[in-house]
Order: sequence, then C-alpha cells, then structure tokens
Amino acid sequence: MTTTETPDTLRRILDYSSRADPYPLYAELRKTPVAPQEDGGYVISTYRELSDILHNPHLSSDVRNLSHPMESFDQARTPSFINLDPPAHDRLRRLAMRHFGPPHRPGLVTGMEGDLRAVVGGLIDGFEGRERIDIVDDFAYPFPVTVICHLLGVPREDEPRFHGWVDALINSIDYDPKTDPKEKLENGLQARKDLQQYLGGLLEQRHGRPGDDLLSRLANDDGPDGRMTDEEIVATANLLLIAGHETTVNLITNGMLTLLRHPHELRRLRDRPDLVVPLVEELLRYEPPVHIIPWRAAYSDITVGGTVIPKGSRIMLMLASGSRDPKRFHEPDRFDPDRRDNQHLGFGSGIHLCFGGPLARLETQIALTELVRRLQGPRLVADPPPYRPSPVLRGPIHLHVEQTDG
Amino acid sequence: MTSAENLRAFKRDGRIVVVGASLAGLRAAETLRDEGFTGSLTMIGDELGEPYDRPPLSKQVLTGWVPADGTKLPRRREIDAEWLLGVPAGGLDLKTNQVRLADGREIPFDRVLIATGVRARPWFVESEAALDGVFVVRTREHAEGLRRALAAGPRRVLVIGAGFTGSEIASVCRERDIPVTVAELAAAPLVGALGAMIGEVAADMQRAHGVDLKCGVKVTRLEGDAQGRFRRAHFDDGTTIDADVAVVALGGIRNTEWLRDSGLAAGVWGIACDTGCRALTLDGLITDDIFVAGDVARCPNPVYEYRLISLEHWANAVEQAEVAAHNMVSAQADRWPHLSLPVFWSIQFGVNIKSVGVPTFADEVVVTQGSVPDHRFVAAYGYRGRVTAAVSFDNAKWLDHYRQLIETAAPFPPPCPTPDQPADMKPVPVDFPGPALLAQGATVVVTGHDPGERRVTAAQQHHR
Amino acid sequence: MRVVVDLSRCQGYAQCAFLAPDAFRMHGEEALMYDPNPDDVQREQVLRAAAACPLQAILVDRLEGRQAPAEVSPS
Repeated sequence: MTTTETPDTLRRILDYSSRADPYPLYAELRKTPVAPQEDGGYVISTYRELSDILHNPHLSSDVRNLSHPMESFDQARTPSFINLDPPAHDRLRRLAMRHFGPPHRPGLVTGMEGDLRAVVGGLIDGFEGRERIDIVDDFAYPFPVTVICHLLGVPREDEPRFHGWVDALINSIDYDPKTDPKEKLENGLQARKDLQQYLGGLLEQRHGRPGDDLLSRLANDDGPDGRMTDEEIVATANLLLIAGHETTVNLITNGMLTLLRHPHELRRLRDRPDLVVPLVEELLRYEPPVHIIPWRAAYSDITVGGTVIPKGSRIMLMLASGSRDPKRFHEPDRFDPDRRDNQHLGFGSGIHLCFGGPLARLETQIALTELVRRLQGPRLVADPPPYRPSPVLRGPIHLHVEQTDG
Repeated sequence: MTSAENLRAFKRDGRIVVVGASLAGLRAAETLRDEGFTGSLTMIGDELGEPYDRPPLSKQVLTGWVPADGTKLPRRREIDAEWLLGVPAGGLDLKTNQVRLADGREIPFDRVLIATGVRARPWFVESEAALDGVFVVRTREHAEGLRRALAAGPRRVLVIGAGFTGSEIASVCRERDIPVTVAELAAAPLVGALGAMIGEVAADMQRAHGVDLKCGVKVTRLEGDAQGRFRRAHFDDGTTIDADVAVVALGGIRNTEWLRDSGLAAGVWGIACDTGCRALTLDGLITDDIFVAGDVARCPNPVYEYRLISLEHWANAVEQAEVAAHNMVSAQADRWPHLSLPVFWSIQFGVNIKSVGVPTFADEVVVTQGSVPDHRFVAAYGYRGRVTAAVSFDNAKWLDHYRQLIETAAPFPPPCPTPDQPADMKPVPVDFPGPALLAQGATVVVTGHDPGERRVTAAQQHHR
Repeated sequence: MRVVVDLSRCQGYAQCAFLAPDAFRMHGEEALMYDPNPDDVQREQVLRAAAACPLQAILVDRLEGRQAPAEVSPS
C-alpha cells in the first residue's frame, strides 16, 4: 500500500495545474485501486473496483450516511435523485423519466433531432466570415443550453441570470476547506438558493397549466407513483438544468479538441459521418465530461478490491481513471474510435447512470459531425487550451479555433 | 509428429462436425473460424433454414409485433460451412468417429460438437395433442401457429404449466386482452425454478393482471369436438373449462436419445461433460474428440460442489459454445474451463425477472432489497450459510453484486444492511416441490467385478 | 437487418429504447422487447442504440446480409 503517496497524488489531481492532463496522475493513483486518505476517505481509481462498487447496494448517495458531513453540502435543502438512495431515488427518477424517455415517452429524444440540427446549423452559420471562433462560447455552450431550456420550459432569455449561478455552483462542488477560500463555498450556496428561487417562481406559473415542457408536465401530471412535491420538482429541474448543459458543453468541446489533435480522425469523420457514433463512445471513455464522482458514502462496511471500507466513510470515484485502466482497455491512452470493446464509465454505471445520456449523445453526434463538415481547415490556437477550474466536470473554458482555407 | 504439429495440422485441414444448428452450434462454428480453424466444418440440424433465436417466440412473436420468421440470428462472421439441414442425427459411433443421420448417411469427423438442444415436451396423450388448437412453443412453426390462433380472437386460452414459458404466454394473452386460464400442478407459478416465496409473488402478479390461475390442479383430458377442434379441458378435481386454445408448457425434453448406444454418459438430464465441455463416457472417462454445449450439456460447477448441472439458458449456450469451440482447437495447456455462473431472465406482466446462480441449490431465501408488494425487489438464496443465487424483479442493476457474493461464498443471510432493505428481512425456507437439483437420481448401474471389466451401463430411465 | 440482444447482460438502462424507439421498446420499467429484424430504414438508429448500450449487449449482424442463401443450402 502506498498510503503516503496517494493522498499527495489526489491533491495534485485536484490542483488546477494538472487540469490539462490529469491522466499520468490517474495512472499513479491506480497503483492503489482503493486508496485510503489521511482524512479517513477512500479514493477508487481502477475499472473493476469502480464498476463493482457502482453496483454495490451498500454504496449510498445520501449525504446523511456520511459519518463526517461535508461543509459544502446544504443539508436543509430537498435533495434531487442524484443524492438519494432507493426507494426515494427510484421513485423520483421514475417520475422524471415519465416525461423524458421510455417507457412512457420513448420518442422524445429521437423526435428532437430536427430541432437539434437546426440549432447547430444556425450557430455554425454565425461563424461565417470569422477567422477565429471560440468553440465554447460560440457553440458548445449555447447549443445544449438552448436545448435544455426548451425541454425544461425555462425562458432562453433568462440565460444570463442562471449562467452565473451555475458557474458558481459548479465551482463549489470540489470545495476543500483546507485550501479554498470560504468565499468559494458561500458563493456556491448563494447561487444554489438563487437558482432554486428562480425555478420555484417558474414552477408557480405552471400549476394548472398543462404544457409540453418538463416543468409543466411535472407540475400537472399524475402517474402511478403520484406527483412530485414542489420542492422535489425544483430539485429535479435544478439538477437537469445544471447537468443538462455543463456536461454536454465539455463533451462537445473535448470532442473538438480531441479531433483537432487527431487530424486523421477528423478527416475520416468528415468523409464518413456515420463514424461519429463509435467516435462519441470513444470520447466518453477517452475525454469524458465528468471525471470524478466527488463523494459517495458507505452505508455499511463495503469490501471492494480486498479492502474493507468502514461504514460512514466518504468514497471518491475516479471514473475517468477507470476508463483509462490498462487492465480493462487495450492501449487505453490511445484515442481509437474503432475500438470494439468499449464498456466505458463515461456516464457512470448502476442506478445513477446519467439521466440525460441519450440526449447528450445525440447532441454531441450532431455537433461534431456538423462542425467537422463545415469548418474550413480548423486549427487550434493554443494547445492545451485554458481549462475551467473544476476537476470534476472537466473541460476547456475556451477553445479558440482558426479557420484556414487548407 | 509432436502434439503441437498434430494440432496445427488439425486446425489447417481437420474435419469438425457440429450436430445442432441453433444458437450454440452457430456461435461455436463462428468461434472455430475466429480461432483459425480452416478445415472442413459441417453443420447438422433437424430444422430447415438458418439458425434463429427462440426467446422472442414466446413474447414479441405472440404479441404480433415480430413475424415468426423474423428472428434469424445475426452473424458475428462468415463460417464457410456445409449445412446438412432438415434431417436429425440418428447415432454416434465413437470407434469410427462418424455421425449417422436419421436417413442413414454417415458423416465422418475428427472432432464433433454435440449441441442438439431441447424439444418441447408434448401433451401425454397423442390423439389429444393432435387436436386443432393444442400447441407447444419451441420452434418458429409452433410460434407462428399459436400467433395465428391468438389473432383469431379465442374465447379463452388454457395454458398448462406455469413455468417461465407458460407464464410468458399467459402474459401475452392478457396484453392482447384474451381471457386466459393457467393450470399448474404445483402450489404457485415458477416454484420449480424459484421456490415458494417467489412463486407467491408470481401468482399475485398473474392474478393482478386478470389471469384465471388454478394451482394444485392437474389437467387430465383435452376434449375435442366432432371437427377435431379443442374445446374443453378436464381437471383432476372433476371440474372443466371451455377454451379454444390450449398451450402445453410442460418444459422440454433433451435431445439425447440418438446417443443412447454411443457409450456417452447421455440421458434425460443431458450429456455429462467436464468444465472444458469434453463429453464423458458412461464410465466417467473423458473423451478427447467429443464436445458438448448448450441445453444438452451437463457440466460440473465447482461453486455448486462440482455437481453436474444442465441449463436451458441463452447465455449458457453461447458461453459453452465459445468454450467448447476454443478447446476443440487448442492444446491442453491453452484450454478454458466453463465456470461462469448461470444467468437467466424472463419478461412477463411488464416485469423483468432475472436470476444469477442456481436458485434450486438453496435451502433458504431472503428479500434483501426493495419491496415485494411493488414487485420491485432482490432476493438472495442461501445454502448452508452461503449465498448461492439471487433473483431480481425490476432490479437487475444490482445483480452483479450478488454474482460476487456467490463467487466468493459470502455468508448467508448477507449481514450488511442496504438503504432499501425491507424492515421484516428474515430468511424463509426455499421450499421446492418435486425433484430438486439436489435429488437428481442416478441413470446408470455399474457392472463387472474386475478392474479390467468394470463398466457402467445405462439403467432404465424413469421419466418423472 | 438482424439484431440480437443478450438479455442476460441487459440491466434495463433503456438507452436503446431512447435512441431507436421503433426497434427497442421497454415493457414496463426494466424489461426490454426488441425487433430482431428491424427494417433497413432504422439502420442509423439501431447502430446508435447498439453503440450506446452500457453493457454492449446488442449484436448487429456483421455480415450485413452477405451470408445469403449461398451459405445455407438445406439438403
């Protein structure tokens, strides 16, 4: 056991200086698949142990099962299903799924394809005549935000208001009381309150007014599981709004960055757009938008990889590391869109598997195909690009690309 | 020649015969080619046409969504085989290494894979089984016939036997809003496979969906009208029921009769083999050139005290086929054992039922997660204090965890609580009716007194 | 096109039913029913569904019809 090394490895991973390339540090971390930390927590970084524990019913997503509650977590608020265990999790997720996918609304995502193409087309039209484009600000951010706003029933013109809240919130996810200014946490908590108040206001207008957006549907529909309370609807909408754009922004941006770093693959994709389907799966393995599940709790003693994690312990799951585990994937550090055996952890696994994964896939498939088709000789301005602060939802904050005629 | 040279020569231009051209046979053939076998490959099958998938036959096909001939199996690769279809195998000669077809043709081999599978157990009175409206479901022709009968809008369907297939067919009937009676000899549906506690849940599900479920009854006679159409069924309690369709779902019969005089350890429970899928002779000797896979293979599993277990499970057929094929073209040191735990699924009444391990190898069962009344739960099975199986109802995402518990002989009942553990979690006896796995009888007797003479021969086999 | 799903691996994530709803349908919350022979017009959706399966349990014919009757000649 390298208990003295790994805490330091984790600290280096979380440190902003390794944001552009955390992968060598993940390799170091994997030397101890289940690594105890100085603060009593555990870090899991290998594929087998990650996939085992994600299917372990003793792993809890409920903060109340941590023996040392986290400062960054507002215990008073109503949690969304991402922070709940069965049966509450299952009920809320089912209630939300009724309006988003199978079995009750199976054609929703595929039915959005035309709209998605139109939004993508419109954004790329805006590139015309511009030599320099920021893939993030000009494309990868506005695209999924437009989509999730429409889906939820949040006015697109309010985007400037919640953009700031979401940023502050995301930045506070990995708050570390030892190294971070208290302000980072307070900003996050305030942002959460503001966002909740804003969504609560929208919800109030939807009661008794059936509509096609998720907020209206959640406010008015009664299924076999009953109806969500207003607090539950706000918590759910809050989760979907944040997850629905923060992650897809990173997936699209990471995708474009990866393609620009692998010009041969970029050319292949331009010639054969159908290659985008396996290519996005490989992206989810190779440069996933969510790198870390920052905490889960041991509901009772959990044995994983021969280590017993005591009840109440905080467990950090390094998903992106697991997807680069050489014990599971052949040449894991190679970007290979033709990879056949690709059971990655890009969307997690088990009951908390990404709720919006199918939409994120379709958005990214359309986005990358169209960007590659229409950008003229794109060239990276800076490699590596500047990154967002978060090691959890990891991606570039800007991705400047120049069009040449080549 | 060294054995390595022999193996190379065999892989280059040996002769392999696969008896049974369904799922296991096809996947074995693909694996043989994948592993570089370039010799001659012959596929023998009693059904005409390409290999097809059977699970949809009792579900998607009967609902009318998918045509019966629309379940041909996708191919992983080309296999470049000679197909001898429409004639079953009639015998196997271990001395001359030949498969004899029912029409008398003899097909020589260097190595053979037996994957002859299972056929439906027919109704025990032949004249009654022949009535118009009496069905079994195993082949696509069966499924097509039953699909048509259901589409014609029968007044009532009688399903005889509430195992998985019978329950699935009852579920389809209710989905199509056809009145259905299910008659089961045991106290509840699925008890033979999953025990009394789950049986009760299954009974509850059937009744909630409007199935007229009769348990603890035996159908004694199927009655037809003057035109030879099925009209009425008689029960052992003296009652009758009128119906236009009867589906006989009394399980399967393993296709091993053709091996009766072959000297292989073949019988009603299947063909005994080692974990490498090599067939055993009646004497318990392992053969070098005869391999077995799929529903007919009876393979020891160390997790279950090395007992010989035969399974009619889809994934088992595929995995055994891959292991058998690999071993057919591999040297001793490179051979694989087939050690994976059985996994089974059934879709009925809108619920996904899955199991891992061998639930019949258990003495107690306990609900570990979820809610039985909601039909969303996981139950763990234990045998003498260790976990041996688990069953989930709409909770499949947790089963991988139980697979680990089984593989590591974890203590039963599982000591650590889960967040959604039922308050009254208490193990109950598993309670299987009839011949459980543990009680499978011998089908051979030992003859001879001298070590040089002592041999095993097949005993009279009693069908239960 | 031919499709088979290894339902012993399937855990009911329903990703396929999202992405190719005409070929893959959820029967209740977790049980998957599918069309083993979907029409070729669904090819793009079916390939997306197969790629998205978290268990990689969906097998699409790799011969794309090339095995045709030549290989299977009933005697």
